[in-house]
Amino acid sequence: MENKLILSTSPHLHNGDTVERNMYNVILALIPALIASFLFFGVGSLVVTLASVVSCVFFEWSITKYLLKRDRSTISDGSAVLTGLLLAFNLPSNLPLYIIVIGSLVAIGVGKMTFGGLGNNPFNPALVGRVFLLVSFPAKMTTWPVTGQLTAYADAVTGATPLALIKQGAIDQLPPLGQMFLGNTGGCIGEVSVLALLIGFAWLLHKKVITWHIPVSIMVTVFVLAGVMWLINPETYANPLYHLCSGGVMLGAIFMATDYVTSPMTGKGQIIYGICIGLLVMVIRLFGSYPEGMSFAILIMNSVVPLLDNWCKPKRFGEVGK
Amino acid sequence: MLKTFRIGGVHPEDNKLTRSCRTGTAGLPKQAVFPLSQHIGAPAVPCVKRGDSVKVGTLIAAAGGFVSANIHSSVSGKVSKIDSVLDASGYRKPAIFVDVEGDEWEETIDRSDTVVKGCNLSPEEIISKVKDAGVVGMGGACFPTHVKLSPPKDANIECLIVNGVECEPFLTADHRLMLEHPDEILVGVSIIMKALGLERGCVGIEANKMDAVELLREKAREYNGIEIVPLRMKYPQGGEKQLIDAVMGRQVPAPPAIPANVGAIVQNVGTVFAIYEAVQKNMPLIQRNVTVTGKSVKNPCNLLVRTGTPISQLIEAAGGMPEDTGKLISGGPMMGRPLLSADVPVVKGTSGVLMIPRQEAVRAEERPCIRCAKCVSACPMGLEPYLMATLGEQGDWERAEKEDIMICIECGCCQSSCPSRRPLLDWVRLTKTTVGGIIRSRNAKK
Ligand code: SF4
Ligand code: SF4
Repeated sequence: MENKLILSTSPHLHNGDTVERNMYNVILALIPALIASFLFFGVGSLVVTLASVVSCVFFEWSITKYLLKRDRSTISDGSAVLTGLLLAFNLPSNLPLYIIVIGSLVAIGVGKMTFGGLGNNPFNPALVGRVFLLVSFPAKMTTWPVTGQLTAYADAVTGATPLALIKQGAIDQLPPLGQMFLGNTGGCIGEVSVLALLIGFAWLLHKKVITWHIPVSIMVTVFVLAGVMWLINPETYANPLYHLCSGGVMLGAIFMATDYVTSPMTGKGQIIYGICIGLLVMVIRLFGSYPEGMSFAILIMNSVVPLLDNWCKPKRFGEVGK
Repeated sequence: MLKTFRIGGVHPEDNKLTRSCRTGTAGLPKQAVFPLSQHIGAPAVPCVKRGDSVKVGTLIAAAGGFVSANIHSSVSGKVSKIDSVLDASGYRKPAIFVDVEGDEWEETIDRSDTVVKGCNLSPEEIISKVKDAGVVGMGGACFPTHVKLSPPKDANIECLIVNGVECEPFLTADHRLMLEHPDEILVGVSIIMKALGLERGCVGIEANKMDAVELLREKAREYNGIEIVPLRMKYPQGGEKQLIDAVMGRQVPAPPAIPANVGAIVQNVGTVFAIYEAVQKNMPLIQRNVTVTGKSVKNPCNLLVRTGTPISQLIEAAGGMPEDTGKLISGGPMMGRPLLSADVPVVKGTSGVLMIPRQEAVRAEERPCIRCAKCVSACPMGLEPYLMATLGEQGDWERAEKEDIMICIECGCCQSSCPSRRPLLDWVRLTKTTVGGIIRSRNAKK
């Protein structure tokens, strides 16, 4: 009988959720987009993705072990793999390896580990890496291969992306909307196929990894703003569906802005956060000098998250329905 | 769509292994132990001494104040000593020990099975009988029932809500009680309605007990103003505030507000049954239904147990403690108390005995918060558990008070949902206790 009973206070049950389960589910949700990018960009997309994942994991492991001198490695929690994947998904498929390695070092080293690792970073690490590369290697980061070159990597032929066309006001040269939905257009590895990203979104919702609040509020805001401009002048402004299907809106809304660590905690906060991201993207796209603004929009809003958490408290019991 | 409460909540697997096990009767113990403090409020004061003979139903300790409760012997025999005993709190508390001899009952108690329906007593008489019988809330809180039945004069109570939710996984004691004694419960409900002058009574039952819903619905036709309300399953629906919200759509404001402020009063079905027995049968609260269960337990069962029986005896009745047991719990898995030993006696508030296998009892390693917000959406009180825990770790009591920590009901939804396995409720409890102390001393100075 006296087999030493454990004395820990209630609750004595756990629903079984783990950090790993969430991370691996996000990784799983990114697989359709990875497949799509392979179909459109060929080997290049795989090389870039692999390089980014491997170097992110390597940097997390070595920084934990040699710089922070912690005994417990965190690479198995899946967050470094995820950062690697997301970073790769925001890069062109012809990017040289050394640039990818630098990007991974900045993402993991500067974006994540300097703050103490998973849970403490104020900014989305993959985006920190990406924006660093964007300002350091502007030319390489803004030329994208055209689709269909399945065996090409660094030598791939590049061409204008739909976003560039939208920026130039060359609305009539845009590819058909159906092709953009499938992802048969130039762009970063993971962002082109809206269909694949939506499949991932459905998976995340189904597995209750994220809620609808952030992605939907971003999408609706982009759609509404682009729609207003389009109604005002359909000659120079693109159809709002083009805005939704081009560039990083979908990838950002579903996978980057919903990063647990760097997004608000309550539904209300998340909706405000989503709307602001949508607003910023459209302002940058329509009036800024860059054709795309998703990364900047998310990073800017990341910095507002602590404020949002303070303002948007959940309704306490007793305040509802009064 | 079935009703439920509006904020948060979780869906643990219900694991009601004993849902169809008829309630058996536990054997008499050799020695029964009655802690003097098995209710909220002042401990009872012994009115027997060593060597006295007692019968089943003899008063052995009288209420030590208004908020306190009588304690009766559940066995016949001799008082062997008044000493301390280890109880579910993990501390040694004073208790009366009775060595059992035979099974002789006080003559006033009606032990027959006949359901006594009519009741001609006045409200005052009903409440005084409940008080004499030492009835306390049997859902776990153990608040003296006569106090709850004497609401402030200016309160405008509209509805009695009976808690037949039993939202704790594993436990089925209340479920079986509703199936096996539906008439007694309905008479009990009418008696309480009469004592409080109410026209309306609702019995809230979760949808995993539709058999009880149907049975009671059928029987309730004979009674005036009693409605059976099936509820969508969600933990912690059995929490008083959550139940009122689910049934009436009203939220009790933060303390010092009480359910009466929104026109409700809640009683557990077990308590209703005890009230019936006290008023109609002159039976003091000396026995209760207890579920003895666990995934590796050989014969999980529901037992009618005399208070004072050591828990070890119930475990024997269920086939002994399984080899792999890592944790022994009094109550359910979400809010029950871990026990130091199986010698702890059954008290008025013991609803279940749960044995958890070692693997499931060991907590996983804690990781840093990943800010996933799952604890926030799980909290049925609309709190931010991640923040409370951090404030507790930092000792920022002032901020914790501002963030309304005192409304936490310690349901454990937060901790059971955290992927990083943070011991959220441990921190919340520590913080709540500290802040509570600060508030009390501040009020004392005023
Ligand atoms: S224990 Fe307290 S903080 Fe945690 S979910 Fe329950 S009410 Fe909220
Ligand atoms: S559930 Fe755990 S990891 Fe998620 S926000 Fe709450 S404390 Fe942090």
